[in-house]
Amino acid sequence: MASTSVGAEFPDDVRTPPAPRVPRYRSVLIPLSFLAPALLLLGVWVIYPAVATVKRSFYDDRDESNFVGLGNWHKMFSDEIFRTAFKNNVIWILVAPIAVTLLGLVLAVLIERISWASLFKIVLFMPLAISLFAVGVIWRIVYTQDPDQGLLNAGTKAIHDIFVKPGVLPGAQPGEGLSSSFTLTKPIEAGGVAKLAVTGIAPEDVPSDAKQAVNPKPEEGKITGVVWRDFKPGGGKPGVVEKQEVGISGATVTLLKNGDKTTTQTTGADGSFTFDDVSGGGYTAQIAPETFRAPWAGVEWLGPKLVTPSIIIAFLWTAVGFAMVIIGAGLSAIPRDVLEAARTDGAKEFQIFRRVTIPLLWPVLTVVIVTEIIGVLKIFDVIYAIAPGSVRDDATTLAFEMWRRSFSGENRFGFGAAIATFLMILFLPFLVYQVRSQRKNA
Amino acid sequence: MRKSVGLALIAAATLCLAVVAQGATAKHPASADHATAVNGTVTILADWTGAEGKSFQAVLDGFKKKNPNVTVKYKPSTDIASALSTAVQGGNPPDLAAIPNPGLMKDFANRGALKPITFARNTVASNYTKDWVKLGTVNGKLYGVFFKGANKSTVWYNVHSFKNAGVKPPKDWKAVIAAAKTLRASGTKAYSLGGADGWTLTDLFENLYIRAANPSKYDQLTQHAIKWTDPSVIATLKLMAQVLSDKDNIAGNPLQTDFPKSVTNVFQPKNPKAAMTFEGDFVPGVAAGQTKAKAKTDYNVFPFPAVNGRGGDYVVGGGNVVVMFKDSAAARALVSYLASPQAGEIWAKRGGFSSPNKNVKASVYPDDITRTTASALAKASTFRFDLSDLAPAAFGSKDMFADLQAFLKNPSSVTATAAKLEKHAKAAYKK
Repeated sequence: MASTSVGAEFPDDVRTPPAPRVPRYRSVLIPLSFLAPALLLLGVWVIYPAVATVKRSFYDDRDESNFVGLGNWHKMFSDEIFRTAFKNNVIWILVAPIAVTLLGLVLAVLIERISWASLFKIVLFMPLAISLFAVGVIWRIVYTQDPDQGLLNAGTKAIHDIFVKPGVLPGAQPGEGLSSSFTLTKPIEAGGVAKLAVTGIAPEDVPSDAKQAVNPKPEEGKITGVVWRDFKPGGGKPGVVEKQEVGISGATVTLLKNGDKTTTQTTGADGSFTFDDVSGGGYTAQIAPETFRAPWAGVEWLGPKLVTPSIIIAFLWTAVGFAMVIIGAGLSAIPRDVLEAARTDGAKEFQIFRRVTIPLLWPVLTVVIVTEIIGVLKIFDVIYAIAPGSVRDDATTLAFEMWRRSFSGENRFGFGAAIATFLMILFLPFLVYQVRSQRKNA
Repeated sequence: MRKSVGLALIAAATLCLAVVAQGATAKHPASADHATAVNGTVTILADWTGAEGKSFQAVLDGFKKKNPNVTVKYKPSTDIASALSTAVQGGNPPDLAAIPNPGLMKDFANRGALKPITFARNTVASNYTKDWVKLGTVNGKLYGVFFKGANKSTVWYNVHSFKNAGVKPPKDWKAVIAAAKTLRASGTKAYSLGGADGWTLTDLFENLYIRAANPSKYDQLTQHAIKWTDPSVIATLKLMAQVLSDKDNIAGNPLQTDFPKSVTNVFQPKNPKAAMTFEGDFVPGVAAGQTKAKAKTDYNVFPFPAVNGRGGDYVVGGGNVVVMFKDSAAARALVSYLASPQAGEIWAKRGGFSSPNKNVKASVYPDDITRTTASALAKASTFRFDLSDLAPAAFGSKDMFADLQAFLKNPSSVTATAAKLEKHAKAAYKK
């Protein structure tokens, strides 16, 4: 039976020869029997659950027999967290596939030119071999805010501390009689005494050679004072120099007259200091606040604002390898003589890239982008692994919401089914496009 | 041509059969019992894996010694609520299950999925205080017995930090706030909160509420018979805000600190990031894997303090209740065994376990600290189950967390938080 419908599209020399004469039922039965196991699996595990889920979305959350029509759908669209999830999905679709493709393109082009290309390709492809959940666990540790634990913040802290050094006595607080800027609140006169009490100094921050603080004695024409750790076990009396309370040596004290800085002194071994040649009043003393600067807490990578970009970066780390390999294959399919011709015509490398390579690569790039969009629409494992409980509402996506409502104990199956069906509807245009373009290329 | 077609058809048919056979699971129920010796198979589902799983297996081995003709199959599952819901819906539940949530037990009992364990009534009554017995009762019938318990009314502290500050374990909430001030002045932050894991915040609320209000109000709030905007709730939120608003006195960023980190913050022997953490008796188990802290020398525990003189000995806690889905002589024997003190003692000896059974000898616990917390659990005059575990999951395991986390972010929003909690509770308790 000659199939003229196929032959009509192609020129005569490539038309398929007429098929041998076989009874019609046979030519259907044989392929069908080979397809049967796969069709059975598909029917049981894919088609039936999909149809059942769509059906389930029209029934009550927990009571399968109670028909509620569009009730779940209405609830879904008016749910604030669902709207956040949808917004996040839109962000993911707009950012991730394009970023993956661009990075993959750049890497593919650059790697082509270096000598150990295969090795680099393997290294960049490796993250794809790890499950997305494992990727999430790794990056959760990287993003931890505490600089002692999080890899990223350990680095940012190191850089931050070059410019803004943490104080020698981090976390200390002004004691009795001092303002928040470690300045004496009550002004003193010449011959007066400045007692600068500091609390909140951890015992391990006290130098081992610290000496007992002494109550400063007033001296004519001078201002004497002491900077000391105003704490002893049990607390002690605030503002009073007591036994077991040590002086803080090496601290910088500034003398202010009517608010203007005059001179500075450094405290001695027992925390005492003296300002000579003072007269009149309106004096106050201040300890340099940099001494007490608390250590930097690190960037909140997993806070509500940065969590989605952070998770997207973790995803990129995995997916770029895939894009790079596919695009690399596409690149090597470009005929060399086209590029050579462009070069002899005097085109610069970047011009060649923009006007020759990319148009020739366009089909490959499209395939990568659409594949990534489909993969990103259902993103779940990285969200589950990376987002801490306190930001789940900010980092959520549609697939994550579906899981949360249905399976994480809430058991709202109707609502979850509605989300799943909605997600399926979102997929359809991309799936149709993907299938169509494959048919065209076949 | 014919031969290859025939072969192809046979191959396809075999493949189909293989697929179908793999998918089908044959389940044969436990066999009948004899009048003299108990025999048969019992399946039990619980969420103990790893080291805990091994310990539970040791408990089951003790059962096997007494009943050599019974085969016990232990199936660990990390997501018990889901696994059981699916199994019950599919008509294929295990014989027994140890579930961490009496609310789930009530749910199953009301659906008719559970069989009452009235045969064990006497064993349970003689081994447990009335609060524990009541927890296993639904509509007047006994459905469950508690095998493992957790005391959540404990506060763990770093011994060195307390010594440096000259602070003694406070016995009243006011003393806690005063101690926190002294600790900060001594150079160590007072509080370690695992705010990223919302349940730590719900535990703090519950411990404060049962003491600031009273146990009967606690029960009313659990059933949503009083609203979350009730003045007693507002008063408790204000007490909680005393800790949450003292931001300079909390280690790190509490919203980004998860529970294990909140424990290591306190337990690291040198330079702890904070001096105390309000969490349950499972805390040392977490710390053991991550720090080298030693009991009594590096860390210690005191009971959650009274509020205005009330509740110094109250215990809010959790536990795993053993319920029966399918009745059989073997299943009954296992239930009775788990209700006996001998079963608890096997695991208690191994550590990481507190038994709610009041007849478990205190001497079997491996150390003083466990002995104290476990005795408090089993012998408490007033015991209440964790409110967030008893509430409907949508509220108790999700919305309550989120609302309290928002409260942690903004501790001055007491009335707004109460309103949010009420809104979410109303929606969840409706079903």
